[in-house]
Formats: sequence, structure tokens, C-alpha cells
Amino acid sequence: MKLKTFALGGVHPEEHKLSANAPITLLPLPAQLIVPLGQNLGAPPKPLVKKGDEVKTGQLIARGEAFISANLHSPATGKVLKVDDAPDASGYRRPAVFIDVSGEDEWAEGINNTDELITRLDFSREEIINKVKEAGIVGLGGATFPTHVKLMLPPGKKADYLLINGVECEPYLTSDHRMMLEKAQEIMQGIRLMMIALDVKKAIIGVENNKPDAIAHLAAMALSHPGISVQALYVKYPQGGEKQLIKALVNREVPSGKLPIEVGCVVSNVGTAFAVYEAVTKNKPLIERVVTITGLELARPSNFMVRIGTPIAKLIEAAGGLPEGTGKIINGGPMMGKAMTNPEVPIIKGSSGILIMPGKLSSRKHPQPCIRCSKCTTVCPMGLEPFLLAKLSKLERYEDTEKEQIMDCIECGSCQYTCPSSLPLLDYLRLGKFRTGQMIRNRK
Amino acid sequence: MSKLIISGSPHVHGDESVSKIMYTVVLALVPAMLVSVYFFGFDAIRVLTISVAACVFFEWAIQKYLIKGPLTIGDGSAVVAGVLLAFNVPANLPWWILVIGALVTIGVGKMSFGGLGRNPFNPALVGRVFMLISFPVQMTSWPIPKPLFAERLTDAITGPTALGILKEGIGAGKTIDQIMADPHMPAYIDRLVGNMNGSLGEMSAIALILGGIFMIIRKVIDWQLPVAIIATVYVFAGIFHLIDPQHYIDPAFHLFTGGLMLGAIYMATDMVSSPMSMKGKIIYGVGIGLLTIIIRLWGAYPEGISFAILIMNAFTPLINMTLKPRRFGKATS
Repeated sequence: MKLKTFALGGVHPEEHKLSANAPITLLPLPAQLIVPLGQNLGAPPKPLVKKGDEVKTGQLIARGEAFISANLHSPATGKVLKVDDAPDASGYRRPAVFIDVSGEDEWAEGINNTDELITRLDFSREEIINKVKEAGIVGLGGATFPTHVKLMLPPGKKADYLLINGVECEPYLTSDHRMMLEKAQEIMQGIRLMMIALDVKKAIIGVENNKPDAIAHLAAMALSHPGISVQALYVKYPQGGEKQLIKALVNREVPSGKLPIEVGCVVSNVGTAFAVYEAVTKNKPLIERVVTITGLELARPSNFMVRIGTPIAKLIEAAGGLPEGTGKIINGGPMMGKAMTNPEVPIIKGSSGILIMPGKLSSRKHPQPCIRCSKCTTVCPMGLEPFLLAKLSKLERYEDTEKEQIMDCIECGSCQYTCPSSLPLLDYLRLGKFRTGQMIRNRK
Repeated sequence: MSKLIISGSPHVHGDESVSKIMYTVVLALVPAMLVSVYFFGFDAIRVLTISVAACVFFEWAIQKYLIKGPLTIGDGSAVVAGVLLAFNVPANLPWWILVIGALVTIGVGKMSFGGLGRNPFNPALVGRVFMLISFPVQMTSWPIPKPLFAERLTDAITGPTALGILKEGIGAGKTIDQIMADPHMPAYIDRLVGNMNGSLGEMSAIALILGGIFMIIRKVIDWQLPVAIIATVYVFAGIFHLIDPQHYIDPAFHLFTGGLMLGAIYMATDMVSSPMSMKGKIIYGVGIGLLTIIIRLWGAYPEGISFAILIMNAFTPLINMTLKPRRFGKATS
């Protein structure tokens, strides 16, 4: 197979896929779940339960009422302890439903909780979208955009391709890799369902070449699914970025400030395809996901099937405990993940992995003056000039940052990763992007 | 539990550093250093040592006693400036001129603008041009190379450079054939390996290209910039050669004389003073090539690349402001 990739920029960090050979195992239910309300991009759903309510596994506990919002379901059977603020991965306190788990799962009505493979896909477009909406499915790659909204194309727009993101370009993370190996049948069904909903004839699964087993497995399976193909990609970060993946797979460039549908593409993650399959064929809401727990000094890097709301500390415990001298606990991969203030933060729909960084690798190097080497410009996948944007942000010149297209920055971190002077480029870019965005919104 | 560190992503770093880049440049210059030692013996070692030591000393002294800021001589940039400065002078240059040159290189060329990363002009070239204008006699009396273990063939100790012979001959109204017949004119093969009169580092094109390839592989320089300079020089000088081959020498002559390779591969590619975008680098390279030939053919100096690079350095900010990299989503592909 001829390998493809995106043209502009990119870096190649060390892969460290420590948990690639660890099969997905079920993490036991904890005694208490903390289920944050705002787990999706857009408006958080409105809670339907209050203190003292009994809830069943899969029961709706908060309804997404806004256009861009997602339903939320109880990940376990038990009693609502309280609806109160709890710290999230960013360290902010946000409303969450605390559930005391009673032990055995008692599933809400109508949910098929078996592993049987359902291949009868006689659903209409509307049925699929409704079921996806009911199940509270969001993009599981990390962006957490409500999937039912993605499946409803804006009027007048037509999709040519459904692109499935199996790239997993972040170092260390392996949850998508394991899903592709262990749930390929289900993923294929999920893709077919999304193809029906979007009315597209072609779906391409993009997988980086460092997962040859997944590529071979999916390619063999795709033979019996007309319209679905698998494309192997060169290993290059940030290929999992939506715009980079579209460029790599179909050589189209999403214009600045526009969505993929502008170039006839819809992009979805392999994990999302699996969730769509379970939602549509089994009425199963999104209450669990695969999470990688990994780190160089961790005893057992693993991939766990985890209920939403499980404290991260439980995963660390199951993987052999927090190693002595840990410097950082990162929610996500090393390139884009967030360093967390405490391990009691819960797993949410968008958590793909937890990375434990040893202390000696956790501190930044001392910054030196910019030597104008232009490496940041060379590696920027959006064709921006990070050194310039960082400088303009530092000077608070937000009219100029807007002109220099700071809003196109995807915050992939390639510039800072590559900077020989170890400058905190992305820190400034993030700040500049935030302020510039504020300025643009105030203008309206 | 120990305290957790909180910082923004990315949480890993590519392990590239300023000092790694600088010492890669020094390493790339080693073949040319060895060639200069072969041809000039102890004199080459003397010039290199004085130049590097003086550059590092002045950077340290200025940071410690004038700026009173952090000391950064460990980053290797002063070493690079020192080696390049040494490569730009004759092997018999008196030590005190070299020390003054090092003071101008570091003090004026670099520290007066705020140190590493802030200098608009290539510091070593600032030092070289200062010496060339202030000490024209010493800076243009070129020792005749005496390869190690070889007998000196003539009694003369110094002689003109190939470009010097050319300039003088043209000025005297001689044809190219007459000039090439001059006994002092080095043969082609000597120009290629560096067996000719000249500065320490302008000698061996082969050694310089070797180091250049090493820097390209290590991604310290982009190949497009030196190639743009070399191609421009070849084409532009070639046009005049085709018009009047007895008045304008063939373009290959220009490539292997007068420090063109040294300038194109090591001086013009200085990260700090060259443009950042690829388009910018190519325009900058073409500009250097054109100016070099203009100075060589019609200017007062036989060599031209030092002035050409300094002039184009001045355009770098303008080039950076005008030529932006291609943004993603601005479809042109």
C-alpha cells in the first residue's frame, strides 16, 4: 500500500507505545463516580436528577437541550449523593453528579448489554441520528463535539467522504489501536451506520504505519464492506488533527476558519464509530470508554474499559500504583494533554489516556534567546510563524496576531517541541489566541 | 505524594538546543580547519586559537562587566564566530589585528545589539570588513601555502590571490588568456582542493562542501540557500562570460575563489541574520549572488561576498515582513 501523509510541517516525537500489546480489560466499578455535566463541546446538559434519587446503569441523568449539547447517562447503578461542583482536568470546579455505586449493574430498560455482533443495519437516517443523540455520543478523539450534530449536514452541503481517524499520532496512547484490533467488526458496522446517516458512498480509515497489525486487520475486514477502505499513513505528528488528516487522505485543504464539510468531508474517530454502533443497534448510551494508562516508570501500562466518572486514581492503582518521584499526571498524550493538579479528577467522555511522567522528564529546560532558526515555522502544520505570534502575543498586539492568523493555530505544540531555545511558544500562542478570540467576539 | 508539576502542553521536547546547533557548525568546519593546517601549518593553528579565544573572552568580559547579565559563553555561538573570523583572514595576520577584529566581531557585531539572536548583521563579517578597511595591507598580503612535508618552491612568502590577479589583469587591459597564463594563477585542481593563496577558510571548496552536507543532514541549514547563491553566481557570471569570454572569466572560476563557498555555506546561512521563510531565503540568496558578481566585476574589491552578505543582511527584516510561509487552507497547491 502506498503511504500518504500531510504536506505542511509536522514533527516525529518518540513513540513510546508501551501499552500497544496490552489487551483491553474491564476496570472494576469504583465505590463512587463523579460525572461532570459539561463533558461535551457546547452547552452542558441540564441535570434531571437530584440528591437521593436512585439511578440505573444507562439511565438519562442530564438532557442536552441546546443545539450543540449532548445527553448524559448514569454510568452505574446507585444513588445520587449530590449535584455539586468538582474539579475537572483543567483544575476548574464545575458542576457534576456524584453517584454512590451500589455494586451490581441494573441496566435501564431497552439496553442490550451483550457482546453479540449485530449486522442487520436497516435503520433510516433519522433513526440513526436520533439514537446517536439519545445516547449522548460525542467525538471520542478528544474534541468531544456532539456526534449527532456532525451527522446532520448543514442545508445545501453534501459530503463525499467519511474519514475515520485511527491515526493516534500522540505518543504513548494506544486506546484507538486496541479498539481497532479488538472491536474491528463493531467499528465497521458503526462506519456503515454513519455512512447511511451522511449519505456518503466512501469511507476511508486512516491509520499510521506504526500499527501494521491494525492496518492488516482492518484491511482484511474492509474487503466485505464495499465503500470502506483503509489507508496507511506515514508516522508524523499531528496527523490526527482533523485538517491534517483530510489533507493526508483526500488531499483537500479546509479553508481558514471553516469546517471539514466545506471540502465535502466528515471526520470521526474509530472509538466514536464503535460508540455509534452500540448506540444504534443496542440502544446503549455512552457510559464507558477505553482509556490508556501509561508511563515510562509505571509498573503495568494498560488499556482499560472504564466507566465515565471513575477517578483517575483508580486507573493508576490498577496499573500498579503511582511510581516514586512522579512529576506529572497528564490527561491525554504528551503533546496536547493537560497536566493535572490531582488524581481524583474523573475520566470523562473525551479522556483517551492518562500519562504518568517521571519527575526528571517533567521540568522544562531553561529558555534561551530566539536565534531565528525558523524551525518553528518549518514544523507548523498550519503554515504559521509561531515565533512571530508568540512575540506579538507577548506585546499584546492582538490586531496583528489576528492578521497573522493566530486563530488557525491548532495548539499541536510542534513549535515548542522543536524549539532549540526551549521557548514556551505555545504558552504565548494559547494566551494570544484566547485574547484575540475575545477581541473578535467583542467586535460583533 | 510528591508535588505534581503543572505546565502547558507539550510535555516533551525534541532535545534540540542552541549549543547543539553551534557545535554542529564547529564540527562541520573541522575538515576545512584541517586543510588550512595542512597548507599553512602552525600559522593556521595560531590564527584559529587567537581568534576563538579572543571571541570567547570578549563575550564573557562584556557580559560580566558591562552588561552584568547571565553568562552564556557555553552556548557555543562565540566559538562559531571565532572560527569563522579566523577563516576570513590571512594566516600571517599579526595577532593584535586579529584581537581587534575579535573585539569588533563580538562587541560591535553581536553584544551591542543585545547578544545572541539580536544581531542584524553576521558578526564575523562585521569584524572582517572592519579589519579589511582599517588594515588593508595586512589583510591582503596572502601567504603562499606551503603544504606540510613539502619543499617551498619559490622564495616568495606572500603573493596575490587568484581573484586579485584577475582584477589587476583586467585593470591593466589584459585578456583572460593572458591572465590565466600568469605563473601565479593557481590551476583548477589547486583551486578545488585549496592549494592557493587566500584566507584560512576560503581554501578548499571540497572540505567546505563536505561540512555543508553534514549541516544539511543535521538540519542546521537548508540546502536551498547556498544553492541559490551558487547558482546565481554561476548564471550571472556565465551570462557575461558568454558575451565576452576574453573580458569576463568563466563562471566556475568564481565559484572556487574568493571565499564564495565559505560565504555561501557558512556565513550567509547564519540563522540570526538570514530570512526565515523558504521564499525569503531564496530571494536573499539570489541577492547575495548578484551583488557578489557586481562587486567582483565592477567594484573596487576583488572579492565581493562579504559585502554582498552584509548588504542583504540589512534587507532581512524587510524580507521577513513581506514573504510569509504558505498558510494552510490558502489553496495554491
